[in-house]
Amino acid sequence: MSGVFPEDSVGLVYPQTAQFTEPLLLACGRQLDEYELVYETYGSLNDTRSNALLICHALSGHHHAAGYHTDDSKPGWWEACIGPGKPIDTNKFFVVSLNNLGGCNGSTGPASTNPFTGKPYGADFPMMTVQDWVQSQARLADRLGIEQWAAVVGGSLGGMQALQWTIDYPERVRHCVSIAAAPRLSAQNIAFNEVARQAITSDPDFYAGHFLEQGTVPRRGLKLARMIGHITYLSDDSMGEKFGRELKTEQLNFDLNNVEFQVESYLRYQGEQFSTRFDANTYLIMTKALDYFDPAAAHGGDLAKTFANASASFYLISFTTDWRFSPERSREMANALIAAGKNVTYVDIDAPHGHDAFLIPHPRYLQAFSSYMNRIET
Amino acid sequence: MRADLEIIQQWIPENSRVLDLGCGDGELLAWLKEHKNVSGYGLEIDPDKINACIEKNVNVIEQNLDLGLGNFASNSFDVVVMTQALQVVHYPDRILQEMLRVGRTCIITFPNFGHWRCRWYLATRGRMPVSDFMPYTWYNTPNIHFCTFKDFEALCSEMQMQVLDRLAVDNQHRDHLGSKLWPNLLGEIGIYRVTRNTVKTA
Repeated sequence: MSGVFPEDSVGLVYPQTAQFTEPLLLACGRQLDEYELVYETYGSLNDTRSNALLICHALSGHHHAAGYHTDDSKPGWWEACIGPGKPIDTNKFFVVSLNNLGGCNGSTGPASTNPFTGKPYGADFPMMTVQDWVQSQARLADRLGIEQWAAVVGGSLGGMQALQWTIDYPERVRHCVSIAAAPRLSAQNIAFNEVARQAITSDPDFYAGHFLEQGTVPRRGLKLARMIGHITYLSDDSMGEKFGRELKTEQLNFDLNNVEFQVESYLRYQGEQFSTRFDANTYLIMTKALDYFDPAAAHGGDLAKTFANASASFYLISFTTDWRFSPERSREMANALIAAGKNVTYVDIDAPHGHDAFLIPHPRYLQAFSSYMNRIET
Repeated sequence: MRADLEIIQQWIPENSRVLDLGCGDGELLAWLKEHKNVSGYGLEIDPDKINACIEKNVNVIEQNLDLGLGNFASNSFDVVVMTQALQVVHYPDRILQEMLRVGRTCIITFPNFGHWRCRWYLATRGRMPVSDFMPYTWYNTPNIHFCTFKDFEALCSEMQMQVLDRLAVDNQHRDHLGSKLWPNLLGEIGIYRVTRNTVKTA
């Protein structure tokens, strides 16, 4: 995008790269000897370095959360919430947003070249966990000279990283803002992820994860994975309102070769788009990281104990129509934090958009989000 | 501070753990945190009031009281407070039971439907009382469970609650000789501090 940017946008932004050569030991037992993290920053760090805020991204997210790149037609994925005067106010906070390890938007991931083989990692890239990401994010914080985050903020899988921060680095985070997240995945959540993974791995073009070496991409599998994922991000109502039973053509065709309903057309389009921009191995890694996330497992399933050492204040937000990580999951977190005697605020926003609501500028969401962020001392 | 809250705060010990049911804009909890180092949580369902709590730095949890307090462990709070909400909930007896389970002591305030003005209104006009203090008509009022002091105390004894303190005040939350002598007739608002009746065994 060129020319004038909206006043409440951070405007033109440039990604930066940090290189790390100290090996990162991962939960799976393997390690990454060297890696790169791509990130963006918005706003400016104050003299006391007390206004830094970390954005953690969700499954298909990346570092480009706000503003515009020179070739962008659309702004970053959380433009609704990050910018001057927005809930994450860049006049107040120094915002850091990175692409997680294992991603496919610039940070070291399965499509990167494995220094030992000179070929893309592909399926050889290690499995990542939320803890691994948080560890790598802490190293990025060190690099940027940030001892303590004013807040770590994320939605969905990003919200899980925000929670993990308070467990792994309690002294390094003052506020944890976890939106549309859950303390662990349910069997149903894992089941959906497994269907998505099967869609990818059963694509003949997957080549056991080494498709890049074959000069191909498992686009059909990735498309299917995205289609099923996408359904879980929307609510029945929002899909109904958007598409209903509207037909693509004048009448029913009574054949399998054509798209008949608008919703089919939409899902296919979303899937197609996604399959051209996303790496199949990254999708597998991200869904696995979701499945593995269960910080209470180390404490006999006791969430209150899990957060016993956390010193952050917590802000939990859920959305009434989110059935992927329903309000009940956030309430479970809130109850545990109350039992643990932590500062916690929980709101359940009545929004029709399902899980995706955390990306959408719903008035009450923005207000409740802003009110909390405004009170954070920097 | 709201006059009734000024009375209530005197019954809340320093450094205690407080749960405020229907905490409104969080005024009581914010005050208790600042002046008595109380760690408190408020439950509220009104979005604007929730937002006011957030702005006041009060730990507010969006939760409907009619769904109970099943998410709180027994004896997990020193004091459970519910001001001007008893008449709004669907099951006052159940919420009281829950309050007694979760808190060691409970503070409850509610309007007295036995006040002489209510009686006079009903007696002379034959219609449900409407006043500045209770400005709703019967069909649109959120106050669905009115009671008198006598009704409340009957419930207390039925539920084996022990009344530790009681105060009948007018709508400015002042207590008069009259409301002391004839609370059920001259008191407009009741402020009660109750606890579970512990059965003493020899």
